[in-house]
Amino acid sequence: MSAAAWFKSRVGADRRLVRQSVDALPDGLWTKCPKCSEILFNKELEKNLRVCSKCGYHYRLSAWERIQITADEGTFKEIETGLVTLNPLNFPDYEAKIERDKAKTGLNDGMVVGLAEIGGHPVGLGVTDWFMGGSMGSVYGEKVARLFELATKKKLPVVMFTMSGGARMQEGILSLMQMAKTAAAVARHSKAGLPYIVVLTDPTTAGVHASFASLGDFIFAEPGALIGFAGARVAAQAGLIDRPANFQTAEFQLEHGMIDRILPRREIKPTIIKVLDFCMGKEVSSDAE
Amino acid sequence: MPSKDWTVLDFEKPIAELDEQIAQIKRLTQEQGIDRSEEIAALERDRDRAIEEIFSNLTPWDRVLLARHPKRPYTLDYVRIIFDDYVELHGDRLYGDDHAMVGGIARLGDRHVVFVGQQKGRDLKERQYRNFGMAKPDGYRKALRLMKLAEKFKRPVITFVDTPAADCSVDAEARGISEAIARNMMEMSVLETPIISVILGEGGSGGAIGIAVADRVIMMENAIYSVIPPEGCAAILWRDPSKYKEMAAALRITSADALELGVVDEVIKEPLGGAHRNPEAAALSVKAAIVKHLETLEKIPVQKLVDARYKKFRSMGIFEDTSKKKPQKKVPAEQQEQEEQGEA
Repeated sequence: MSAAAWFKSRVGADRRLVRQSVDALPDGLWTKCPKCSEILFNKELEKNLRVCSKCGYHYRLSAWERIQITADEGTFKEIETGLVTLNPLNFPDYEAKIERDKAKTGLNDGMVVGLAEIGGHPVGLGVTDWFMGGSMGSVYGEKVARLFELATKKKLPVVMFTMSGGARMQEGILSLMQMAKTAAAVARHSKAGLPYIVVLTDPTTAGVHASFASLGDFIFAEPGALIGFAGARVAAQAGLIDRPANFQTAEFQLEHGMIDRILPRREIKPTIIKVLDFCMGKEVSSDAE
Repeated sequence: MPSKDWTVLDFEKPIAELDEQIAQIKRLTQEQGIDRSEEIAALERDRDRAIEEIFSNLTPWDRVLLARHPKRPYTLDYVRIIFDDYVELHGDRLYGDDHAMVGGIARLGDRHVVFVGQQKGRDLKERQYRNFGMAKPDGYRKALRLMKLAEKFKRPVITFVDTPAADCSVDAEARGISEAIARNMMEMSVLETPIISVILGEGGSGGAIGIAVADRVIMMENAIYSVIPPEGCAAILWRDPSKYKEMAAALRITSADALELGVVDEVIKEPLGGAHRNPEAAALSVKAAIVKHLETLEKIPVQKLVDARYKKFRSMGIFEDTSKKKPQKKVPAEQQEQEEQGEA
């Protein structure tokens, strides 16, 4: 494949990711599953952790929805709320997009970090929202690094939920450096003998997948999640006709030994607790759910 | 060299025409035995003035074209000139040998070093053999294996970056290209030996940073370092692939930008008209810079070195921390010192 073809092919893939947004439930009582078209009762869907009861489609969750179903009730304390995204390259329209997504998500940037308990185990917890495609810029990378540093200092495990289209283009080369920064922070945490658990959710691609998201001691994924280095269309246009149907899915990654398990949403928290029990000692988990 | 030559960029055409005139007169001189050295010298002055004028007005997009120049020296061209001797080593011990990533042991004066780097091909056949300089996981794992050898035998690592991107084919995904790049960055951040990275041509995104977590990152004047190719970025963000030139400027991908943003420590001036016009001189400048930085790095106790490397990448990024009420400093103090030392 020529460089030109690669550039060209890169386009379609990323646009597809950018177009998608966190699936929001309509205001009404019912919603239609985007995958199997089943009509779902909203209250039932919420109770089912926003997983379609017919086909198992996992709706995307906002950062706070994820925290709610992951951390023990009332234990999450957000940290590093004072970090503000700037426009270091003076990139056209960047501020406007930041403001738009601030209004949409109520967040400063895509990464939310804090301290929490999971099954009674104190942990550092990081979750992502679909803020500018979950993309990693300076603030996002800094929050990840600070979470790992705090966890290293406090001797805590880190639990990370990823959802990202990759590095944030508007911060250019500074975004690329966040890959190195986060990987380095994981290295120090790991050298301190502390566990790092990653749950890859739809989608986790490019700069985030190729940095801290792939460095967990334990790596899990939600069913059907898009996971990969570059978008699926890139490979399609690269003349790879024998591309498997499940290319760049959680299932593909499991088949090729890149993740430990695929976990339906309901099994994520109990599995994390088992892993934390294994790493940190079971006696800690007195009030597992 | 005829100006319709595909290896001549549009903005290089006036230079190529003068080169051709000079070559013609030199040929005639030889055939007819007439001394026309004054005429030649005048033309050479004209040519050098033309180069200076053209190269003092380069746009960011022109730099992209220079970084991808078909005649630009590649990693092994530099390796052959910089090192007194080298032995290429192959394979990742896991799957195969990636021809887009080369590496081995080398001698640099009285020093022994390990080198790794992406390798592009010169003609069509070699380009395919080298996969256009796009390494697969096997390449990144080969690089890591060699860097671990360097650590074991306490030798410094020199990495040469020149890649449009990492390979993203089914093969690469199946063997974990993301994991390979992520692991390299993680391992390099704690590798207990000095590391110097040189961005030679294209510093293409994850493919580049996968071998560029170093104590010193130096960059050729006409190299680029970018999170995404400008063509792709224009199409995605502006839905207009034809605006790649504007995007090349907006993304701030030149060596001057990288230096200002605190991403590289030093920019190496290229010979007049770019590295391809005098690969030997370009490589010797790189060699001088490598030696200069090694002399500094070798004196630092290894734990201090690794801590400083962590802090260096830790400090990259620009944002505001309102809890501290002062904006994040983008260039760490020791990097500034390096800059003050000037170029090689």
